[in-house]
Amino acid sequence: MTALAAIALLTLAAAAIALALRDLIHSALLLIASWVGIAAFYLWAGAEFVAFAQVLIYVGAISMVVLFAVLLTRPPTGPATREPSGRAVPGFLAGGAVLGLLAGAVLSSPLPAGTGAAPAFGVRELGLKLLGPHAGALLATAALLTVALLGAVVLAAARGKEDAS
Amino acid sequence: MSPLQACLLFSSALFSLGLIAVLVRSNAILVLLGVELMLNAANLNFIAFWRYGPAPAEGHGVVFVVFALAVAAAEAAVGLALVIALHRHQRNVRLGEARRLRG
Repeated sequence: MTALAAIALLTLAAAAIALALRDLIHSALLLIASWVGIAAFYLWAGAEFVAFAQVLIYVGAISMVVLFAVLLTRPPTGPATREPSGRAVPGFLAGGAVLGLLAGAVLSSPLPAGTGAAPAFGVRELGLKLLGPHAGALLATAALLTVALLGAVVLAAARGKEDAS
Repeated sequence: MSPLQACLLFSSALFSLGLIAVLVRSNAILVLLGVELMLNAANLNFIAFWRYGPAPAEGHGVVFVVFALAVAAAEAAVGLALVIALHRHQRNVRLGEARRLRG
C-alpha cells in the first residue's frame, strides 16, 4: 500500500505540474515522468507486459511525437501564451465535481476485497489469449493502426493550394 | 480502504486532472495530452479490476489494456497530425481561434 501511495503521489504530482506549466516542452517532459509512474503502477499490480508496453509506447513513441509536434508548432515569438481566464473557474469546478462524484461512488460501493496474491497471468498466458480467442481483434487492431498512421502522414504532409508558398 | 479502492481513487484523480486540462487549457497539444491522461486512467481501472476481480486467471483486463494501448497510439498519431495541420492553416494551435467552420 505504501508503494501504491508513493506511485500515485508521484504520478499525480507530475501530471498536475505538467498540465499547469506554461512551457510546453517542460509539460511534455513532466508528462513522460507521469507515464513512467503509470508503468510502475502496472508493474506493482503484476501486469508486466502491459508495463513494458506502456514504457515502449508512451515513454518511447508518443513522447517523441509530442515533442516533435511541440517543436513544429512553437510560435516564433516565444512560448508565452496567456490562457483565457474565463474558463479556469468553471473548468476547475467541473473537474472537482467529477472527482468528488467518482470518489464518492468508489468509497460507497461494495467492491470485492480481493486476494493478496498476485494472479498468475504472465506473458505466455497473454500470448495464448491474444493469438487464440482474440486473434480477430488483434488483426483488426493491426489494420486500424496501419490506416491511422497512413492517415496521420497524409494529414501532416498534405500541401493544399492555399499554402503552397 | 481496500487496495482496489485505493487504485480506483488514484485513477479517478488522474481522470479529473485530464478533464481539468481539457477544459481549462487552450493549447491543442495540451488538450490532447489531457485526453491521453484520461485514457490512461481508464487503463488503470482495467488493471485494478483485473488484479482484484473475481477471475484474474482469465486476464480480460490485461487483454483489453493491450488493445487500448494500440488504439491510443493510433489516436495520438492522428491527433498530433491534426495539430500540425491546424498549425499550418492558422499559424498557431490555440483552439479558441480555430473557428473557420463556425456557421
